[in-house]
Amino acid sequence: MAAQDVRKKRLDRSINVRSTGLYALNSYREMAYLLAPRLLLIVGLLALPLFLDHYWQRVFCTAGVFAILALSFDFLAEYVGLVCLGGALFIGFGGYGAGLLNSEFGLPPWASIPLAAVIGACVSTVVIMPCLRLRGIYFAIITFMLPLFARNVIVALGLFGSTEGITGLDTLPNIWVEQYVILIGVLIVLFALRRFVSEDVGLIMMGIKDNDQAVLAAGISIFRYRVLAVFIAALIGCFAGAYLSHLYGWLGLSLFAMDFSILPIAATVMGGMGTLVGPVIGALMLSPLSEALRGMGQLRVVLYCFILLIFILYKPEGLMNFLERKYHQFERVEKV
Amino acid sequence: MESVIVYGAINSITFALTAIGFSLVYGVSRVPNFAHGAIYVLVGFITWSLVNDLNLNYGLSIIISLAIASLIGLGIYQFVLIRLRGMPTSEIIASFAVSLIILEGLRLQGVGGFKGFIGPNYVLKPFFDGKIEISGVFVDYQRLIVVGAGVALAAILWLFTHYTKMGLSLRAIAQDEQAALMLGINSDRAGMTAMAIGSALAGLAAVIILPLGNITAEAGYHVLIYALAVCIIGGLGSWAGTILASFLVGFAMKFSTFMFGAVWESVVLIGTIILVLLIRPSGLLGKQKELEERV
Repeated sequence: MAAQDVRKKRLDRSINVRSTGLYALNSYREMAYLLAPRLLLIVGLLALPLFLDHYWQRVFCTAGVFAILALSFDFLAEYVGLVCLGGALFIGFGGYGAGLLNSEFGLPPWASIPLAAVIGACVSTVVIMPCLRLRGIYFAIITFMLPLFARNVIVALGLFGSTEGITGLDTLPNIWVEQYVILIGVLIVLFALRRFVSEDVGLIMMGIKDNDQAVLAAGISIFRYRVLAVFIAALIGCFAGAYLSHLYGWLGLSLFAMDFSILPIAATVMGGMGTLVGPVIGALMLSPLSEALRGMGQLRVVLYCFILLIFILYKPEGLMNFLERKYHQFERVEKV
Repeated sequence: MESVIVYGAINSITFALTAIGFSLVYGVSRVPNFAHGAIYVLVGFITWSLVNDLNLNYGLSIIISLAIASLIGLGIYQFVLIRLRGMPTSEIIASFAVSLIILEGLRLQGVGGFKGFIGPNYVLKPFFDGKIEISGVFVDYQRLIVVGAGVALAAILWLFTHYTKMGLSLRAIAQDEQAALMLGINSDRAGMTAMAIGSALAGLAAVIILPLGNITAEAGYHVLIYALAVCIIGGLGSWAGTILASFLVGFAMKFSTFMFGAVWESVVLIGTIILVLLIRPSGLLGKQKELEERV
């Protein structure tokens, strides 16, 4: 049979149809259908550290940082329409904030991490605010430059240990606390963002992304909502940064490194843009990969750029959308 | 003070040279070519390899590497960007990925016996040795060549886009793609042409500017940032704006170096960008509709 005689037909599974809306509560089967993937993710993530040895537990911590950053990128890009290429800015501000609070004021990590997240988010929001009147590639370009300039300013003014950085920060008590802090952080951020984007505020932000003129015409200040969105994304990113500087017990210029900007983007594209879960899964797959290639120097950057490129060209929907489709729909080949 | 003026002018033209290729590609195809800086550095290294490894004639190797640059530009458009037209997020991410692949690829070590282009050994010869005195300031010939080439290129490109059929069709696409399509201009071919020319321009800037120092992969990021900064300040896609902005930035940077020291250069740069964006979000001479860009 020639290829053009058949086509693939996709149909929703009947359980998918039945379990949308309140009727899902009618039977355990439908509830299980809805809960299974979510529980699988949560339980899977919570159990994962138990099966890792010490080295990979550390890797898991950094993977969590990248997952949070990827969430922040995905939220800004797909739900507000601001493509932020400067994830490193959040990591840097959060990391420097936590490190300074710890080394200068002697705050313990449990106080400095949340405080640094808030302070860092305020600072990042103020820094990004002038660029918020831009959009699309203008915004992307400026945010791409910001971490590099932040580095230069720190070197130029000789601030915070300049090129040397500050060492000897307090670390978290043990590896289990380290892992579960970031893990619970990832889960909270993930489910909070999922809820947030379906609230009224999230809908307005989606509206801004899709048609800002229409939102403007409805008498809503676009600028204010964008500031709010950037603040939320920065809060998330700065938390990751603050955690990272306590994880390493060290802060320095490499907190502004391009890795923190590019890997979350690769993770988001790989996992599926706009799904929020996808970026987490992408980050958990990519950062162990880049860790395994640590010995090969620059090759890992090249490699994850290749992955990024291949996904964006040939599988732009990403893994998560693909899996979701398989879960909710069945396919069959049909004669035309 | 004279040195600030002379070197400021040279610096400005250097910026204009590096930014003009980016501006051309963006102005025509609306594709932000984040691989611009990568191509710049790549051409430097290819020329170096041709001269030093294959012992080719300097002029010949420049021509070969420019041809390679435009082929790479073509390739990037044909195999990557063409699939992503109209999706700005994907365009940015994809061209950024290409840029990182090239730049970090140049620094790869120990893969297949490749040593990686790292270290201070990669220097292109100046075209002519020697210096000349201009109102009390010594300037070497290479910098004069930079100035000459910058001015000549700006003139040639202006003539090209205003008086040749291909140049006019590029501008038509930039102004109104729908109307241009109806008049039989192939927008993909125009984009490809722009990308090839833009990459060749990046390469040309590289072979003219790089003899002033040594070639490093990091320069790719700096070139990209300067090109972006200049284009943003001038208004993306605006030619006159690009040139005006490169003079503004070039002089501002040299002046701040003279007054406060070299470390302040980049601070001044970001300050200028933010100031310009606050006052005129679409750039100094940007022609985009104000409302569309600023909300």
